Amino acid sequence: MTIFAPSQENTQNGFIMSNIIDLKKGLNIPVSGVAAPKTRKVAVPGIVAVKPTDFRGLKPRLLVKEGDKVLAGSPVLADKESPDILFTSPVSGTVTEVVRGEKRKLLEVRIKADSEQKYLDFGIEDARNLDAGQIKSLLMKSGLWPAIIQRPYGIIANPDIRPKAIFVSAFSTAPLAADTEYALRDDFADIQTAINALGKLTDGRVHVSLNAANANGTPFHKLENVILHTFYGKHPAGNTGVQIHHISPIMKGETVWTVSPMMLAAIGRLLNTGRYDMSRLVAVTGPKAIEPAYVKAVCGLSMKDIAEFYDNSASDIRFISGDVLTGTNVGADGFLGFFDNQITLIKEGREHELLGWAKPFRTKQFSTSRTYFSWLTPKKTYEMDTNLHGGPRAFVMSDVYSKVLPMDIYPVHLIKACLAGDIDKMEQFGIYEVLEEDLALCEYVCPSKIEIQSILSDGIALMMKEMA
Amino acid sequence: MRKFIDKIKPAFEKGGKFSCLHSTFDAFESFLYVPDTVTVKGSHVRDCVDLKRIMIIMVLALVPAMLFGIWNTGYQHSIAFGLDDWGFWNIVGYGLVKVIPLYLVSYIVGLAIEFISAQIRGHEVNEGYLVSGMIIPLIVPADVPLWMLALAVAFAVILGKEVFGGTGMNIWNPALLARVFLFFSYPSMMSGDTIWTPGVTRYLAEGKAYASGDGLVDAFSGATPLAHPSMDGLQTAGTSLWDMILGVIPGCVGETSVIAILIGAVILLWTGVASWKIMFSSILGGLAIGYVGYAAGVTDLPGYYQIVMGGFLFGTVFMATDPVTSAQTETGKWIYGFLVGALAVTVRLFNPGYPEGMMLAILLMNTFAPLIDHYVISASISRRAKKIKTA
Repeated sequence: MTIFAPSQENTQNGFIMSNIIDLKKGLNIPVSGVAAPKTRKVAVPGIVAVKPTDFRGLKPRLLVKEGDKVLAGSPVLADKESPDILFTSPVSGTVTEVVRGEKRKLLEVRIKADSEQKYLDFGIEDARNLDAGQIKSLLMKSGLWPAIIQRPYGIIANPDIRPKAIFVSAFSTAPLAADTEYALRDDFADIQTAINALGKLTDGRVHVSLNAANANGTPFHKLENVILHTFYGKHPAGNTGVQIHHISPIMKGETVWTVSPMMLAAIGRLLNTGRYDMSRLVAVTGPKAIEPAYVKAVCGLSMKDIAEFYDNSASDIRFISGDVLTGTNVGADGFLGFFDNQITLIKEGREHELLGWAKPFRTKQFSTSRTYFSWLTPKKTYEMDTNLHGGPRAFVMSDVYSKVLPMDIYPVHLIKACLAGDIDKMEQFGIYEVLEEDLALCEYVCPSKIEIQSILSDGIALMMKEMA
Repeated sequence: MRKFIDKIKPAFEKGGKFSCLHSTFDAFESFLYVPDTVTVKGSHVRDCVDLKRIMIIMVLALVPAMLFGIWNTGYQHSIAFGLDDWGFWNIVGYGLVKVIPLYLVSYIVGLAIEFISAQIRGHEVNEGYLVSGMIIPLIVPADVPLWMLALAVAFAVILGKEVFGGTGMNIWNPALLARVFLFFSYPSMMSGDTIWTPGVTRYLAEGKAYASGDGLVDAFSGATPLAHPSMDGLQTAGTSLWDMILGVIPGCVGETSVIAILIGAVILLWTGVASWKIMFSSILGGLAIGYVGYAAGVTDLPGYYQIVMGGFLFGTVFMATDPVTSAQTETGKWIYGFLVGALAVTVRLFNPGYPEGMMLAILLMNTFAPLIDHYVISASISRRAKKIKTA
């Protein structure tokens, strides 16, 4: 492994650039279907959806009814607990359907887009002159406040507090993730605007973590008013949670905010143009994607609008908004999530493999375990499917989990504390520092097939309830 | 095949004719085919490794010791009875006759209990017993009466494992519990000099005199090296270090050959199924106390003799490393392994009543493994707390 010297340009912009944090643990899952860096299609929005389920713990209040006309930026939902936080329509059009699930839980508000997009004008004169209060109310009014995530727990940020710091990961290491630099190549001016504005909302600083592989070449390197950090390593090195753990761990009682670069771009666009413009480059990826590449679209994009990327006659494709580790199974009729700029298409693995576990070789399957031989072909990618590859068991192996978690945390003990609902233990084992995405790889490698992310979700929900 | 299974499957599902045998059916089906279940929550793709694969590797690693044990069972018998004209196949044939019933009893009793308890709980049948059932016949004398073995297996599986909730929840290594049950319940069958050579017990029980020359050879002693752990003792018995490494000595079925066990160890370490930290530190612990005893004059055997004698290596490689009952934390594994090795040799050197200390050492450390983990984790928590304060 290359040893990196500390950056020589650490005085650039007058801010300190810290040393490279080299994470040895982790795993890049070799799933096939990486998106080629080209934009294959500009999706004209048909029907899009606003999904309250994209936000943890949100109790939504519906502000529109079927048949209402909305502009891009018009409020659709509000947060029942802080009604100033609005969720707005990404397109101009007509509300066609309000989809509810069990117990009338609000799932989706579907909006049919007009052929010509009209934006609500939030009327901004000069973003540089806005003070913290004005920035907050603008973000809440425009529907971009929910883009700011608060830790612990990964919830919508509480506008009444000033966080310890704001963290941004300038790269993603998730399987087949969109290349941040390609997807945001025209947006760096907006990102800088957003950073300048958000910097006013924290007592601390805005920390931006760069990928060591390209630390000096990335445009993020030129950002001002930030503290830059550099990370080297496999997934989950690009996760904000892992980065915060190594930069400035979250203590009990502290809060930090995180924002993705894509959301910074949207915030910057709002401040520079006065428009709620959620357009983004979405990577369509995965083994079942035909010619995987990027699509220009808005959030809430319907899977039907990317029909040319998959075999429409196939009934066994899983549509994931996000990546294979943490994404949401939205189905062929589903919509892209608020935070996602990736769609992954994989095969539903409903097959019985004869004596699979007993075969000496399984050349089509990948395993981190040396009980198989896929470690002999480190460059190979695999057409992975959704088969569980086994049945659920109790925890047996103790050393597989920490190998993919570059954090000073005992994942098995944390999960067991969550199962037991033991608040004190969960606290001690670091529940404030992790979100599901950080432990997703533990779930991937688990030979006992334990639903680690789901157990952690329940643990976080319990913490929020008990500590409220 | 697949069609047949799909045809009979509904009968075993809920509401079907044989729904009470659902777990059993499921166990056989998932044994033959990887289940078609897909991920529902969390990560959409999963690693193709499962516990079945890990367990089968452990079983595989035990095969050399088992094969050698079968041969050695016959070989020891042929030496004891002066059967110089026995060829390889005679020896192996005798070994098979002795060892196969042990395996049949071990697996039939153990798996029956596993299936029944899985059925009662409505869980899938756990594959953990595949390994325990493989180990148990290897750590008993070949002459052990089958009903005793059956009782020991039942004790180990029910009270050692199922009452705690099955594989993954147990505190003690089930295979060792079976052995410890035999050891304390039927001491006459588990200690002494005559039991370690197959066929001798029965020969004596038939009223024939010990070493009478009538069948049993004059020079027969039957004692394992552990019965006379001194240079003189080994010399009198004619046991060389090489004999112990090759394993051509009396003892439990699978524990005698260092070479066969090391082949297993290589498989386990190469695949990463067992922890090298535990193996390494256990040997380190054994050597340390072995040499302390040597220096203090407790024994005239250099420390490395302790490693090759008796069940030390078998215990270190296959039982101390049991991922469920050993320490769970990486630092804890070092401490746990070292103490297993150290205690095993300590028991040997200072307590002539229990010549084989490995079994008790591992069980004792199984008991303390959670405590070790507790301290390792507490240290980690306070270290984290400190780091956070300074950050």
